[in-house]
Amino acid sequence: MVELSKGKIMALSQADVLAGIKEIVEEVAGIPAASIELNKSFTDDLEVDSLSMVEVVVACEERFGVKIPDEKVTELATVGDAVNFIVNAAA
Amino acid sequence: MSQRRVVVTGLGVTTPIGGDVATTWKALLAGQSGVRLLTEDWRELLPVHFAARVAVDPADQMERVEMRRLDRSEQFALIASREAWKDAGSPDEIDKERLGVVIASGIGGVITLLDQFDILKEKGARSVSPHTVPMLMPNGPAANVGLEFQAKAGVHTPVSACASGAEAIGYAYEMIKSNRADIIVAGGVEAAIHQLPMAAFAQMKALSTRNENPAAASRPYDIDRDGFVLGEGGGVLILEEYECAKARGAKIYCEIAGQGLSSDGYHIAAPDPDGAGVQRAIKFALANSGLSTKDIVHLNAHATSTPAGDVAEANALRKALGADADHVAVSATKSMTGHLLGGAGAIESVFIVKALQERLAPPTINIENLDPAVTVDVVRGTPRALPAGDIAALNDSFGFGGHNVVLAFKSL
Repeated sequence: MVELSKGKIMALSQADVLAGIKEIVEEVAGIPAASIELNKSFTDDLEVDSLSMVEVVVACEERFGVKIPDEKVTELATVGDAVNFIVNAAA
Repeated sequence: MSQRRVVVTGLGVTTPIGGDVATTWKALLAGQSGVRLLTEDWRELLPVHFAARVAVDPADQMERVEMRRLDRSEQFALIASREAWKDAGSPDEIDKERLGVVIASGIGGVITLLDQFDILKEKGARSVSPHTVPMLMPNGPAANVGLEFQAKAGVHTPVSACASGAEAIGYAYEMIKSNRADIIVAGGVEAAIHQLPMAAFAQMKALSTRNENPAAASRPYDIDRDGFVLGEGGGVLILEEYECAKARGAKIYCEIAGQGLSSDGYHIAAPDPDGAGVQRAIKFALANSGLSTKDIVHLNAHATSTPAGDVAEANALRKALGADADHVAVSATKSMTGHLLGGAGAIESVFIVKALQERLAPPTINIENLDPAVTVDVVRGTPRALPAGDIAALNDSFGFGGHNVVLAFKSL
């Protein structure tokens, strides 16, 4: 796990971000981390509803020190989409 | 169509003296107080250092992820509703278009509102929870219970301060009578033990300040009473149309015979000292239910332990019931549970149903010296047996704003 202070940008590995998202989704939506994989859809596979998705996004922003604009959120269909967005945003 | 009748087929509560009906009822008969010193540091900022928190924390009764999307009042509603539904035999096969929910709250999700305002100030708008609105809306408890059981006949939330819980049960009664539904999950909840509501009630001089002895602070009818004790929790009853309950072989506790509603038109918070509105509500309840004052053997009073309110209510009871008040065992159970505001009328209705079932009126505790102005027959110290045969009981609930609700229950 990578510990980052808010706003501090440094390179993040895909594995680090995936691990962080797993923890966040488990905390917010109660989905076991083991069932969260890159190809899973937040809404269709993990049943994260629209309100909980907002929580996931804000928690990711705080944790990884990135900004995820609202218009980008709708493009993050899968866990992999979110991981890639965050890795690129932090690069 | 023949006259539809409304019966009670399930009960559920979470209260300061128990996490379910069985535990709460046992503690009530034993005269146990649920009032305790608060553990939070902020108590020192207030003139009142105690309250009546639920005996069993919601965290011990529901999943973590479910809890974090629910205001505490919504948690209480789900906990009590699940117990009541199970007690009613889990009638999941009912047509959902004939299933309704009426659950009230006096204040709604006030703790969520205040907590999220703190977050807004400290961390900014982006950190405010997207669940805030569904958590703080006063209809949130009813809405969540409606989703739990997929109720489609209507989900409602009457709001009338401390009369809300009773008004919800009366509304549910009317829904069944008027053929809008066959089963209603009905009740009231409150979760307002937070420094702001407590400071506000204290500014009204409505709360007891007996910090040296919290368990003795809620003392309805005692000469030295000095205000109510804020409680939290909730109660839910499953109301059902009589033929529907019989057809599915449900256990039937008793009948809800009718209700009486009135408003004081007197003052925003103070009770009318003549209790004229209360008297009218009692008369309406008797007329609506086809009962006479002779049938009433028990009454769960509103009696919150405020100096003005207790006597105004007792005077109204004496006037409305006349000489028949002599055979009415009056119980003030807020002496043990504290005052659950919008939950009060609901848990006290549960207590009446249990009293009719077990033929026992619960006691009123902490009366060391009965106020001589109280001329009704108060059950003190220990429970009192109620007579055999056909009996009936009333539940009084009144709210700031001058709302009066009286519910009539009868044995079946």
